[in-house]
Amino acid sequence: MSKMHITTTVNGDDVEFLCDPRETLLDVLRDRLGLTGAKEGCGTGDCGACSVTLDGRLVCSCLVLGAEAEGKRIGTIEGMAKGEDLHPLQKKFIEHAALQCGICTPGILVATEALLKKNPDPSETEVRYWLAGNLCRCTGYDKIIRAVLETAADMREAS
Amino acid sequence: MQYHKPENFEDAVAIAAQAQGLTRFLAGGTDVLVQLRADIAVPDTLVDVKGIGGVKDITRESDGGWRIGIAVSGAEMTEHPDLGRDWPGVVEATDLIGSTQIQGRATMTGNLCNGSPAADAVPAMVAVGMSVSVTGPDGTRRVPVEEIPAGPGRTSLAKGEMISALHIPPRGAAGGDAYLRFIPRTEMDIAVVGCAVNLRLDGDTVAEARVALGAVAPTVLLVADAADALVGTTLDDKALDALAEAASAACKPIDDKRGTVKFRTHVAGVLARRAAKIAYDRARSTRT
Ligand SMILES: Cc1cc2nc3c(=O)[nH]c(=O)nc-3n(C[C@H](O)[C@H](O)[C@H](O)COP(=O)(O)OP(=O)(O)OC[C@H]3O[C@@H](n4cnc5c(N)ncnc54)[C@H](O)[C@@H]3O)c2cc1C
Ligand code: FES
Ligand code: FES
Repeated sequence: MSKMHITTTVNGDDVEFLCDPRETLLDVLRDRLGLTGAKEGCGTGDCGACSVTLDGRLVCSCLVLGAEAEGKRIGTIEGMAKGEDLHPLQKKFIEHAALQCGICTPGILVATEALLKKNPDPSETEVRYWLAGNLCRCTGYDKIIRAVLETAADMREAS
Repeated sequence: MQYHKPENFEDAVAIAAQAQGLTRFLAGGTDVLVQLRADIAVPDTLVDVKGIGGVKDITRESDGGWRIGIAVSGAEMTEHPDLGRDWPGVVEATDLIGSTQIQGRATMTGNLCNGSPAADAVPAMVAVGMSVSVTGPDGTRRVPVEEIPAGPGRTSLAKGEMISALHIPPRGAAGGDAYLRFIPRTEMDIAVVGCAVNLRLDGDTVAEARVALGAVAPTVLLVADAADALVGTTLDDKALDALAEAASAACKPIDDKRGTVKFRTHVAGVLARRAAKIAYDRARSTRT
């Protein structure tokens, strides 16, 4: 089967790749571009471990075709820290031990960063609903929710 | 699998009409990709509709109605400043589909054409009297939404035909709509029963009504008896009892691990009551 030639940007960098029409964006990121931050938990849109942004919109990369990335802006967990400088959410997740095995963490960070961009002052209920599609089998969620709410408060104060 | 991304409906329809084997249209992909990856439905031809002009537009028509592009996502509908004021039931039904991530992609068109009896947006679309433009090799026709589903996983669209736009009628004065579903969890689950009610008031009296049920039959049900139970009433207890009875009587549900026949039949009545009250209150609050 002939491969498709796709031109896109990932975390601000111009990227080109060849992919099979059936390949998902998640497979492309992990297997062709070496960006293994996004994880495959389910492959069916249920767990959110593969969360990325597509033109700024939070999506499951397991439910996007690589071919659909043509001409788009992709944002992944690899673009979150600025060099060695962790994003406030990343720092707070470490401080609160809002992760254990860490499989869900890249997806949850990408998802919550998107939330705080849209709504800098979310309620606990809003954070919980926003993350309904991000499953975590380790933490019991509470530490994640606390970390997000505290980061939001800190970021509001800092701005 | 061949991936196509046509730039207009003529090309999209031509590709679909000439395609051999299984053809799918790709809107948000939240059904297509799940089925592709699970080897349930691996298309030979995949027609991505998102390159076609205007498919992301939400437009108010000159008569006050709305035209929704076939690739408009649930999130885009929720974020629209005016659509949800006119049609809160349609927007809340679509907003119930999946998580934040799914909302970023899933469309009403895909929800309708996937053909799930439990699709959340579909009862709301039927209750408010939406129609769709169906474009095929012979041109475009308008079809009421309730004529599209033909059974679980099936639509009445012929080979080479696709939906090219969704149409919501003008809201007009003193109208309200609402959608409720029952799921065992609070988020991320498939409706055991869904119910949408749309009505218009004359004073405090219901002048017109439409009631639609999802997940209680092979396709969405438009229940005329349930609507009749409301018309001419002020939604008193007697009217609500009659509504619930008519809604339950219309159910032909399946029995599965998610809900027994008895449970689904009962819940249809309960949801109809509650949705009718919400629609009524909304209609009263918009009355001028
Ligand atoms: C995790 C998860 C949770 C979900 N939760 C819900 C839920 O709570 N409620 C619910 O109802 N659904 C749910 N779904 C199912 C799905 O998200 C919805 O049905 C969604 O609306 C499908 O829209 P789409 O744009 O992604 O469709 P796609 O997957 O792009 O397409 C679906 C079908 O529609 C056809 N189609 C698309 N566009 C056209 C067109 N223009 N003309 C003709 N045919 C067309 C395609 O050929 C395909 O058969 C969920 C899915 C996932 C993965
Ligand atoms: S891997 Fe994409 S949602 Fe689970
Ligand atoms: S930390 Fe293990 S799944 Fe969340």
